[in-house]
Amino acid sequence: MADAKNMVYLALQNNEDARPIIEAIEEDNPHAVINHFPAMVKIDAVGKLIVRRETVEEKIGREWDPQEIHISLVSLSGNVIEDDDEFGVERDN
Amino acid sequence: MSRKLNLRERYQRMTRDLAWEPSYQSKSDIYPQMEFEGIKIEDWDKWEDPFRLTMDSYWKYQAEKERKLYSIIDAFAQNNGHMNVTDARYVNALKLFLTGVSPLEYAAHRGFAMVGRQFPGAGAQVACQMQSIDELRHVQTQIHTISHYNKYFNGFHDFRHMHDRVWYLSVPKSFFDDAMSAGPFEFITAISFSFEYVLTNLLFMPFMSGAAFNGDMATVTFGFSAQSDESRHMTLGLEVIKFMAEQHPDNIPIIQGWIDKWFWRGYRLLTLVGMMMDYMLPKKVMSWREAWEIYFEQNGGALFEDLARYGLRMPKYWEQTIEGKDHITHQAWGIFYNYTHAAAFHTWMPDNEEMDWLSAKYPDSFDQYYRPRFEHWREQAEAGNRFYNPTLPMLCQTCQIPMGFTEPGDPTTIGFRASDFEGNRYHFCSDGCKDIFDNEPQKFCQAWMPVHQIYQGNCGGATVPEVLDWYHLNFGVDNFDYEQSPDKKNWDKWKGQAAEEPEAPDEAA
Repeated sequence: MADAKNMVYLALQNNEDARPIIEAIEEDNPHAVINHFPAMVKIDAVGKLIVRRETVEEKIGREWDPQEIHISLVSLSGNVIEDDDEFGVERDN
Repeated sequence: MSRKLNLRERYQRMTRDLAWEPSYQSKSDIYPQMEFEGIKIEDWDKWEDPFRLTMDSYWKYQAEKERKLYSIIDAFAQNNGHMNVTDARYVNALKLFLTGVSPLEYAAHRGFAMVGRQFPGAGAQVACQMQSIDELRHVQTQIHTISHYNKYFNGFHDFRHMHDRVWYLSVPKSFFDDAMSAGPFEFITAISFSFEYVLTNLLFMPFMSGAAFNGDMATVTFGFSAQSDESRHMTLGLEVIKFMAEQHPDNIPIIQGWIDKWFWRGYRLLTLVGMMMDYMLPKKVMSWREAWEIYFEQNGGALFEDLARYGLRMPKYWEQTIEGKDHITHQAWGIFYNYTHAAAFHTWMPDNEEMDWLSAKYPDSFDQYYRPRFEHWREQAEAGNRFYNPTLPMLCQTCQIPMGFTEPGDPTTIGFRASDFEGNRYHFCSDGCKDIFDNEPQKFCQAWMPVHQIYQGNCGGATVPEVLDWYHLNFGVDNFDYEQSPDKKNWDKWKGQAAEEPEAPDEAA
């Protein structure tokens, strides 16, 4: 299981609400790998994954509270980071 | 005055600041279950809930989830959505879900209400309260969604009654009963950490992706709606472990013992899900083996590296699950194929295309150990000798699954362990299940074992029809092979006249 070191992920529903969030994650996390499953998108990364409020707001053209991610989040792995400007998961070993 | 509170301040005001120090009752009287498990908590204020969700936001987001869900459930029913599933065999996965999993959601609702009452910290109380309400929402939405299928297919009609009586449903039922009859710290380690954090992805992701792949939009939607709460539950599970580990070093061996126990119990329980993925979905999403690699080996591996800083290690016997991933689903399907005359869902042998998929997904085991057996059974069935096992199986005293799993290192020998306790001998399928019993024999010797109960005359009678009657199953309708089932007859009829409005079958009324 050597390749598992510091893996984190976010899984989101594949729908209209989640799509701009997924795009924002792709943009702000160039090291992330996007995997498509039926009805769901799972985003894997080593170390850290961040969803930035500003990036999502640019995409949807309105104010966005990072807690809105609860509506489309399917699953996650990692230690949660949460404040007014971002939501994310990280592992640092 | 007009400055908006930030997330951290809002959370502080709306959770911690709503709690108070008792003045005329002692804390030990208010929270009487805090001591007996041996967990030492010095400062509940150190509890760090990473999801700083306040109750007002909680209601707002949950309401939004419900609105989305019910509009899809309505559309599904209005458009005869059940006709769009790949094949009526798929519906048997839903029967297993409604009878086996949905009642666990209700048990979780009760369990979190109970432990939320026992924890003295406001952060933990609020998180448990939210989860308790979530779980109630899950069971309700599942019943609403699946009730549509109950109009057209058999086996759904009395799931709650079945959950308390049917032999294989004692597997999930006893899992949760075990957790709920433990103390609050063990309960939350069992359910929030071992199950929700480590294993729940293996329950919901395969079921929901499977539903999506098989045209069942309603189930996908309730699944993902429930799963969106699951991230919060998983995070609670991780927080609980970190919190207990940081509070006192004496807690570590206790927590490790619970992780060992509940990982193994969860692994055995999930065999039913693995069997569903490999055998019950007409269109397969991924194999159990692949799911175990992604969600346990990769994700669990990273998690336990993370927890190594506290002195916690991988759950005991995890190596056996790596070997077992090639075997357990085939063995479980074999068991259910043998006993489907006493089950609330149908079984069948895979067709050639499905056999080839299994060969490809299980290159190290399927052709060698299982394909010849399954082809033989299929030939026998085609020749009119469909085999139903007339002898009741021996059950493992801990997981309650029939003793059909094989020895580590030898997939041709059935695993068998035993322990003596107070003059009686108890039997187990594995080292993991034996260890669990040996640690708490007073608890597990009291388990309600379905086969023993039938032999003792407590289940309606000595014949299969009498026992099924006691289960509230309809003999000849809900049970036996899919090939002879009214479900199949109806499905073929509806698909043959697909242009007309389908009618509900008499059998399912």
